Amino acid sequence: MSHKKLLQSEDCLVTEVGKAYLRERVVMRGKDLHHDLGDLDWFAVHLYSITGRIFKEKELELLNYIWSSTSYPDPSIWPNNTAALAGSVRSTASLAMAAGLINSEATLFGGRPLKKTQDFFLRAKKAKNNGLSLEQIVEQEIKNNGVIFGYGRPLANVDERVPHTIKKVQELGFADGECVKMALEINDYLVETRKIAMNIVALDGAIGADFGFTPEEFHLYMNLCFYAGQPACYLDAVEKPEGSFFPVRCSSITFDGVGRRSWDC
Amino acid sequence: MSNKRQVYHTNIWEEEAEADNPFAAKAAYCHGYDVYGEILQKASWFEYLYLMFKGERPTAEQAVLLEKLAIALANPGPREASVRAAMNGGVSKAAHASSLMAALAVGAGQYGGSHEVYILMDLWKQCGLDLEIWTNKLLEPADDSQADIWLPMEHSPGFDPNGESCPTFVLQTLEVLTSVSPGKSLNWLQTNREALEEKVGYPLAMSGVIAAAFNDLEMNNHQSSMLYLMLRLPGAAAHAIEQRDVGWKNFPFFSHAIEITNDPGDKGLPTIDGVNL
Repeated sequence: MSHKKLLQSEDCLVTEVGKAYLRERVVMRGKDLHHDLGDLDWFAVHLYSITGRIFKEKELELLNYIWSSTSYPDPSIWPNNTAALAGSVRSTASLAMAAGLINSEATLFGGRPLKKTQDFFLRAKKAKNNGLSLEQIVEQEIKNNGVIFGYGRPLANVDERVPHTIKKVQELGFADGECVKMALEINDYLVETRKIAMNIVALDGAIGADFGFTPEEFHLYMNLCFYAGQPACYLDAVEKPEGSFFPVRCSSITFDGVGRRSWDC
Repeated sequence: MSNKRQVYHTNIWEEEAEADNPFAAKAAYCHGYDVYGEILQKASWFEYLYLMFKGERPTAEQAVLLEKLAIALANPGPREASVRAAMNGGVSKAAHASSLMAALAVGAGQYGGSHEVYILMDLWKQCGLDLEIWTNKLLEPADDSQADIWLPMEHSPGFDPNGESCPTFVLQTLEVLTSVSPGKSLNWLQTNREALEEKVGYPLAMSGVIAAAFNDLEMNNHQSSMLYLMLRLPGAAAHAIEQRDVGWKNFPFFSHAIEITNDPGDKGLPTIDGVNL
């Protein structure tokens, strides 16, 4: 290795992604943004930017629904909570939204489980085509990773998004997708063998795999899926007195550490 | 509504409330030490920083190493990606936090950023001072067989795939940090640098030196990654502020250097009758 690559790209970027010829026109992935893509809605343009594909109307409807159905304006949910905290201390709207957004690229929810689940379905599809049974695929995944992201919900706790999304998937004609079907079959298998069920991540990942996203594309598409709840939480906090978003009293910090000591000892 | 009051649990921080306001602290204690009654008067910034992260006061040597490390990291300079991101916020006169958030996001990466340090700290744990294990692990540092939010690692962490020889400032940092370190990692790295570079095929980078220093400070992967992010912010901030006044006319704008290979051509602007554009 050497610095030759740096020399080659020091003042030159060759790309298919696009360019703004300011005062004239803008090219996005080989199409004129205003002439060729101007009749698409923003959501379709966003997906075109990510994938270079113009999705069909029903695909867009389902992908849009995945976002809408995760737009919870509840300030107890961590990204919204961050946005509301920013509002409560009167930070700016964009800082608040960015802070909330990056909180959702998490491991307990959001970014990491979504991407890993979609990747699992891409791998599972390949394994199935190579002749592995569903049981083998599931057990191998659990053996290798300890979990299958998207599953693990106790049976008593319904993820309210799951039935809504399945209904939408059926209405729009995507219920026969290979990975969607597999997601439901895995759900049945895990309910039977381990008494755990799917959450929305499994369904989202399966849809992403059926729609042909790469893991990186799916990551970018899902990036904003919680976003729409944030502005409302921010504004609500802004409208209330400064610092009054769930204020924490001193005694609400539960200290479990070492006792008092002197710096000089 | 529930009457159950939510609480935060911590081993780091304890507060006593003022008698007249449960939301105002009369005293705050960090790992048992009175912050405003004692630490403020008696501790250095780096003693306090070490205490906060590690739960105990540093030895004199540890405090010096942390301070020297912080000086080495404080300003990666305006060519570095995280500082450039901060300057984009500065030159456009965005909110100050946007510059630092941009610096953190870009400075979190795997090529010279905090995630590279995170990976290196895992390697220190696995490899210790064993040259053979290190040389093997550096060629395959992480299991990238499955997708993750972090992209597959493209180079040996701690080394610069775009480098020729180890830059002087990296060697100077390694020399100074090794000279004040109470641990063995920096000394081992200095002794084995050339052997490692030969195996990897490119030179040691600053991230490699800093990770060894964090190991000598007995920081774990999370602590090291966070400190690496934080300690590089002063330069990002200073350069972002400076660019507000330098101005956009004197700031790089790379449009001329972008060449697209799939240009559909100019289709013209619409003519709008009755509007003087």
